[in-house]
Amino acid sequence: MTSLDTQRRKDAQQSKPVRSRGDSTFAGLSTGAGILILLVLAGVAAFLVAESLDAISAPAEEIAGGEGVWSYVGPLVFGTLVAALIALLVATPLGVAIALFITYYAPKRIAATLGYLIDLLAAIPSVVYGFWGLAALAPAMVPFYAWAEDNLSFIPFFAGPASATGRTMLTAGLVLAIMILPIISAISREVFSQAPALHREAALALGATRWEMIKMAVLPYGKSGVIGGSMLGLGRALGETLAVAIVLSVSGGITFNLISSSNPSTIAANIALQFPESSGLGVSTLIFTGLVLFVITLAVNMLARYVVNRRADFSGAN
Amino acid sequence: MTTTAPPRREAPEPEAPAVRTRRRLPRFGGTALFVAGLVVAGLLTALSGWSWGLFAVYGVVLGSLVTYVGSRVVEGSRKATDRLVTCLVSSAFAIAMVPLVSLVYTVVSNGITRLDGTFFSNSMVGVVGEGGGAYHAIMGTLIITALATLISVPIGLMAAIYLVEYGRGKLKKTLTFFVDVMTGIPSIVAGLFAYAFFAIFFGPGVRFGIGGAVALSVLMIPVVVRSSEEVLKLVPNELREASYALGVPRWRTITKVVLPTAIAGLGTSVTLAIARVIGETAPLLVIVGITAATNFDPFDGRMATLPVYAYYQLTQPGVPPQFGIDRAWTAALVLIIIVMALNVVARLISRFFAPKTGR
Repeated sequence: MTSLDTQRRKDAQQSKPVRSRGDSTFAGLSTGAGILILLVLAGVAAFLVAESLDAISAPAEEIAGGEGVWSYVGPLVFGTLVAALIALLVATPLGVAIALFITYYAPKRIAATLGYLIDLLAAIPSVVYGFWGLAALAPAMVPFYAWAEDNLSFIPFFAGPASATGRTMLTAGLVLAIMILPIISAISREVFSQAPALHREAALALGATRWEMIKMAVLPYGKSGVIGGSMLGLGRALGETLAVAIVLSVSGGITFNLISSSNPSTIAANIALQFPESSGLGVSTLIFTGLVLFVITLAVNMLARYVVNRRADFSGAN
Repeated sequence: MTTTAPPRREAPEPEAPAVRTRRRLPRFGGTALFVAGLVVAGLLTALSGWSWGLFAVYGVVLGSLVTYVGSRVVEGSRKATDRLVTCLVSSAFAIAMVPLVSLVYTVVSNGITRLDGTFFSNSMVGVVGEGGGAYHAIMGTLIITALATLISVPIGLMAAIYLVEYGRGKLKKTLTFFVDVMTGIPSIVAGLFAYAFFAIFFGPGVRFGIGGAVALSVLMIPVVVRSSEEVLKLVPNELREASYALGVPRWRTITKVVLPTAIAGLGTSVTLAIARVIGETAPLLVIVGITAATNFDPFDGRMATLPVYAYYQLTQPGVPPQFGIDRAWTAALVLIIIVMALNVVARLISRFFAPKTGR
């Protein structure tokens, strides 16, 4: 009784709000959910490591390819990076231009609808992109590849022989570019639309044309957002699975030739193609490659978020 | 007063012509020049054998070039650059529309042939060649996605409530950052995680539906958290404060004031999160596998799902291949229809269930 009284008095002195049991339960539940999410992320890393230990410790001859896990994953990492870089090089300028179009060029009344159309690209499942890449884009690219082999073969990227099906690294990169376009344009759109109105109006008042206004007031402000957005796109392109697995004609090995039908696979596509038929050490090797992919994308994403968040901290918008 | 007024009014007049002498293109001059460039491009393409790709390349280059040169001659270089950028930026948008239109056209024209009753009522048991359907795959997708939603929504929503209502300090910052990072986890890694997790308990080679639901949840939870957080932030603080002032405890305020106010936005965000994961193929390929028969039990054995079904029908169509490929395209079409329908539903929810604000 007395202890309860002293407790009450202490509470009153510290003027703490009274917390009912329901309140602390609810706070505990919501905090628990937050912590659970962090645990899941840690768990992803932990379980991937646990299941890939077999492959890491296995003698090199027993891994597919016969030269150990690192030389197994090497060409895959190379293929993943090449496909993702093509996607990034194509999608970044296009995404930024689209973002500018929607924020500053399109008529205000239809701008939101146009933005929604671009977002639709993000809603389409990756397996459908694979279907489309295989059935529509790859055949459409064949004449270009033949032309590139004839006229551009002095560039190592177009060395040929040109693929007759169009299922090349360049096609896969283009499909990935279309898939990451909405991410880059959505984030660029957001930062462009937040460019301070005073700066924009001041530029226009000084007689700047629309492009000069954008160059002086919008682009410098949105630069880190564009960088962050394209890195998020890069992260997505690195991990994209089915579109590449369906479109790319794979033979392994490292080559810079983008238009032939013998290409290195990507990590994710390789897992999708091999996993259903694998067992034992094969599964463990694939999980190891998945771990490598996880580490790469995690690093890219963390860097991207860091860049995007830094802008938020220093921008005048908040 | 009257004597000073007239000179003031006259003063700008001599300068006005000096400003106005700058020649400008008429109102739709820029567009006309671009179209002229397009026409030339069309003629050029027609001469060397018609192809839409070539026409697009020539059209953008020539259209922009003609506009730039025309504007430069009449208006000077600054205006010309401005018009050039306008051309390029608008073309970029048009280029991005090409794959969207082409994709929808390809999927619809290929998928429409098998969009019939059999497709929705039959499974693939004993089907070789013609016939067969995706009943088992559609049911599998619905079951696994529903389970993933059951797992993700409570966790994601509670975490969002934590971030908005309770969170402060280091844990909040860490959680926000890593939820953002988690949205970028490749879907195949989520599948491998589910496999690695369940393989420890059930042994290697494990395949069942609940594993797919767990894998999808890893992808879905961060989406739910992010979008719910945005929605909860929109609830005005005055409502919370009014509730606290009436002596209502915090958790009752959240459940009775904050959540009902935000319910439309939450519905939208959950629907969009479902749309995001329902088309995921890679994780289900790894942990759920594929089967020809209908399996309603997510805790026992392989299940078919629509994306994985589409993938296998395309890559292993059987003999003769045409029937399998047709089924694959129809599955892709159904998948797109489902995703688009979910997107539309999400918009309708936010439109019709928005809280009535007192005016």
